[in-house]
Amino acid sequence: MSKLTSPSLLARVQRHPLLWPVVTLVLILIVNASMNPGFWILQWRDGHLYGSIIDILNRAAPLMLVSLGMTLVIATRGIDISVGATVAIGAAVAALMVGGKLVITDGLPQHISRFPMWLAIVCALLTALACGLWNGVLVAKIGLQPIIATLILMVAGRGVAQLLTDGQIVTVYYPPYFYIGSGYLWGLPFALFIAAFVYVAMHLTVTRTALGLFIQAIGINPAAARVAGVRERLISMCVYAFCGLTAGIAGLIISSNVKSADGNNAGNLLELDAILAVTLGGTLLTGGRFSLAGSMIGALIIQTLTSTIYSIGVPPEINLVVKAAVVFVVMLMQSPEFRRAVRGWVVRPDIRSHP
Amino acid sequence: MKLQSKYVPLAATVSLFLAMSVFGSVSYTGFFSMQVFLNLLIDNAFLVIVAVGMTFVILSGGIDLSVGSVVALSTVVLAKLVQHFHWNLMFAIPVVLSMGMLFGAFMGWLIQRFRLQPFIVTLAGMFLARGLCYLISIDSISITDPNYTVLAQTRIHLWAEGAMVSISAILALLVLAGAVYIAHYTQFGRTVYAIGGAEHSAVLMGLPVAQTTIGVYALSGFCAALGGVAFTFYMLSGYGLHAVGLELDAIAAVVIGGTLLSGGVGYVFGTLFGVLTLGMIQSLIMFDGSLSSWWTRIVIGTLLFVFCVLQRLFETDRRTT
Repeated sequence: MSKLTSPSLLARVQRHPLLWPVVTLVLILIVNASMNPGFWILQWRDGHLYGSIIDILNRAAPLMLVSLGMTLVIATRGIDISVGATVAIGAAVAALMVGGKLVITDGLPQHISRFPMWLAIVCALLTALACGLWNGVLVAKIGLQPIIATLILMVAGRGVAQLLTDGQIVTVYYPPYFYIGSGYLWGLPFALFIAAFVYVAMHLTVTRTALGLFIQAIGINPAAARVAGVRERLISMCVYAFCGLTAGIAGLIISSNVKSADGNNAGNLLELDAILAVTLGGTLLTGGRFSLAGSMIGALIIQTLTSTIYSIGVPPEINLVVKAAVVFVVMLMQSPEFRRAVRGWVVRPDIRSHP
Repeated sequence: MKLQSKYVPLAATVSLFLAMSVFGSVSYTGFFSMQVFLNLLIDNAFLVIVAVGMTFVILSGGIDLSVGSVVALSTVVLAKLVQHFHWNLMFAIPVVLSMGMLFGAFMGWLIQRFRLQPFIVTLAGMFLARGLCYLISIDSISITDPNYTVLAQTRIHLWAEGAMVSISAILALLVLAGAVYIAHYTQFGRTVYAIGGAEHSAVLMGLPVAQTTIGVYALSGFCAALGGVAFTFYMLSGYGLHAVGLELDAIAAVVIGGTLLSGGVGYVFGTLFGVLTLGMIQSLIMFDGSLSSWWTRIVIGTLLFVFCVLQRLFETDRRTT
């Protein structure tokens, strides 16, 4: 590129949509490193990497997945507040089907699953997909407001999850299942690979095909998109279904990590964290412009923030206040009115503008 | 005589409530008594108060997710003031109420002044209020102040022998009556309906849209704080984990009560029946005895679904005719 036509590197960095999310993340990481000298230390232990960073990445994986699905929903002007309930349902199905009991064969104790593990995973994901599809039908076919359509599943979903598990916490005794949430591949948490795979697949889909453009068009103006020939309803429906699917994968990871499924508490308040992650990543809640990478960074910011609060010895209860402060700051920065007001306070108004 | 179409959702809710009462009375012995119905009001008094505030927010086309947390914050602050600082109730309760109102007004100001989405602002308010609870006290504070317990346990006998209501139930009915007056007989109420119908037109008509929007959230915050006071009468304690998910119950009650979520259409009176219907589901499941508690959530979800779809059909019907 010639220097004349392209803006300077600094200007391009300043205008890059990921600037603020990255700056926020770096700031939190710096605070972490200054508070906790061992923060960046990585060790090789038991055949895998070990350290605070790895722990944060591992714990952030479910949130990343849910945020990725949520990004597309929000990009089409929607919202999905039922993801927490979908996580609980997915986890319940998987945990019930894997189950696991101790059997002695040839004198060796062995855990066997109730159904083959692949079948359990497929069923859990299909159930989650069905949950998402249900939301999609309510929003796109029946035309309910997204928040209300997903409120239905949010209220009923936890009831369904508890119905499946009979109100109990279902414990899993089948070691291969634990690999999903706490296993390691090439020294890194396996859950991270799942999140990365979904991200890359989504990134390729929205950039290499017209789908990303369609989603953006729907978010900016649904009526115009429909008139222009975008199959708005079908795409909206698929987006909700996909969001359910990512919540299902997150449910697998969470239940595998804690080796159990709790219909009442699995994925509790996850929907709010996911919406927060998407907003932090620079996706506007009004739809249209979206950033998958931003949502990944947003999820990392939230998880790092949570870990920081635990590690520097502040009572964990303050976590909520900090989160609230972050949301307030981020949404004010996104508001054009606020930026205009700040400019008014900082810059002296032009004489001619007040005749 | 033909039922006006604007009363159809309200009529549907009231008939559903009556049908459920009849079903309960026929199926379970001891269900058909004045006290069972009064208990609905006693047990859900705080929800009625909170849902009335939520009705105004939804009528104006917004949403308030912070009410559950504000209820919890009010119980904690009230318990702290009464129990640890030995404040007189006459001072403590007004302080809590004004705190709730200011909290709501602040969120309303953000929503109005900076054109932010009500959903995300009140979501942050929800985190903030819940976090503040824990900053004040991590443990549950039980209220043992003698004046307070007397007030909480007072039962007022009605006409019939044995039938009685609590002070918070009467408070809830007073709030409801006040809300009906505000919604239908004041300029504020009519402006709320106008904003919910079409905000832009309301501005062009010269209505005080800015003040009313802030006022709506202040009113909701006030109702949530008052609901918190009623909640302490019910629980006699202040705790940060009180009323988790109450905002969903309140929204569900408003929707079942016939208020359209798109704003501008609905009645405060319907919200009372929305709350009573939710309470009735719980009573039926309790009386049945064989159904587990999670059925409550499933039934509420199903009812929400049915009502939303009906509303949707009703809406399109109105638009085509």
